[in-house]
Amino acid sequence: MPAERERLAQIKTNLEHRAQIYDLVREFFRGRGFLEVETPVRVPAIAPEINIAPLQSDGWYLITSPELHMKRLLAASYKQIFQISHCFRKHERGRLHNPEFSLLEWYRTDANCTDTISDTEQLVSTLIQKLQSSNILHYQGQSIDMQLPWHRLSIKNAFLQIAGWNPVSDYNAERFDHDMSTLILPSLNPARPTVLVEYPAAAASLARLKADDLQVAERAEVFIGGMELANAYSELADAAEQLQRFMKEASQIEYTYGMKMPISGPFIDAVSHLPECSGIALGMDRLVMLLCDAASIDEVCAFTEDNI
Amino acid sequence: MEIEEVRKNTKLMYQGKPWNVDNAEFVKPGKGRAIYRLRLKNLLDASTLDITFHSGEKVDEASISNQEMQYLYKEGDHYVFMNTSTFDQTFVTESQMEDKIHFLKEGMLVNVQLLEDRPIDITIPVFVELAVIETGTAIKTATVTAQNKSAKLETGYSIDVPAFIKEGDMLKIDTRTGAYVERLTAKK
Repeated sequence: MPAERERLAQIKTNLEHRAQIYDLVREFFRGRGFLEVETPVRVPAIAPEINIAPLQSDGWYLITSPELHMKRLLAASYKQIFQISHCFRKHERGRLHNPEFSLLEWYRTDANCTDTISDTEQLVSTLIQKLQSSNILHYQGQSIDMQLPWHRLSIKNAFLQIAGWNPVSDYNAERFDHDMSTLILPSLNPARPTVLVEYPAAAASLARLKADDLQVAERAEVFIGGMELANAYSELADAAEQLQRFMKEASQIEYTYGMKMPISGPFIDAVSHLPECSGIALGMDRLVMLLCDAASIDEVCAFTEDNI
Repeated sequence: MEIEEVRKNTKLMYQGKPWNVDNAEFVKPGKGRAIYRLRLKNLLDASTLDITFHSGEKVDEASISNQEMQYLYKEGDHYVFMNTSTFDQTFVTESQMEDKIHFLKEGMLVNVQLLEDRPIDITIPVFVELAVIETGTAIKTATVTAQNKSAKLETGYSIDVPAFIKEGDMLKIDTRTGAYVERLTAKK
């Protein structure tokens, strides 16, 4: 297949950069005292999420994120852990998506999502300094000023300014997702990274609510070059609340898709033993795309769904 | 079919009309609902339509069959084809043919896609053999690299060819790129 050999030869430089980036990421976390861990890819239960379709494997699931098992380690007194793992999300295929992709997740105790966002700023800055000794990232014809701190914008202000409504006081899931993709993301300043903070409580997922404002979840997301790069939570440590959120999500999935999602007992048990902690998931393929100036995930992965 | 299964070049029925998906863009916030932005091209009149679907929505797949046909001749802006099993004749319009007209030669066997009995698209072979009807000499440049020149093919289409190609030569052409591949026979 000459077309395949030509394709793979063309992305060789990107794959070499990718390996170098993986080394630097590991060096970054080891230098800060994090332990690299490995958790299972095939599991009996995942976090039920209506908008994330799992792939099944002989009655079990392929992970959509390593979050549940990493939190079980945190509950057992592991204080700083990280992992780069392959995750799977059915049907997700496009310029920024492949159903099998790589997530970098890290968790630490005595921290909230402001701290893990600050880790992300440090990590990305360190990579750019080491790879190109400059604070300017050139991505797809756009110069992005990566100087710290990155711009913070609350969901409430972003939506009020751009979409003309307040999802924090008046949440509507369908409208929120649609406006996020079609209005908010295209309006973010392309010349700077943006961190969206203070998500509506209804979009908290596994995040805890803000102690002094229960309408808002301690969840934050990083956007660079028009891409959603990372999603951080101050982790919910209330087992009863977590179980209730999972059951609500699972019943919605059953109602909409007729699919029964099991809930992981050992995970719910672990939540009741979680110390104050924060965790974040960062798309490694997208990080490599940014650092290699690659337009598509196909340019930074040797084999995607279309050429397996 | 589910919107999740739609890919570039899937053929759909939408608002009672048949469309080709010319482009499909997948947009999804990590935790949010996916959006599918489709650029559709009408298979009958080549008009385009941009439309957005959300995950979980369904679309109607157009039922398309394939039939081998032979290209006979051109009449006005109609290209006339003959079904090789029933000998029935049908035509495809110039706008439906797009740039395939550059490589179509009388007598050529092609695949015609039919929506019920209506031809909506054709697939021509990846490689075709066409004769050169006109070509000049290469323009001399100061470099010693391979020189290219333009050559007009029997279909009227012009491509870049190496300097040694002469009128009457039979060439192999890649129809995906419109590029010269090799010379098959030199003119005797």
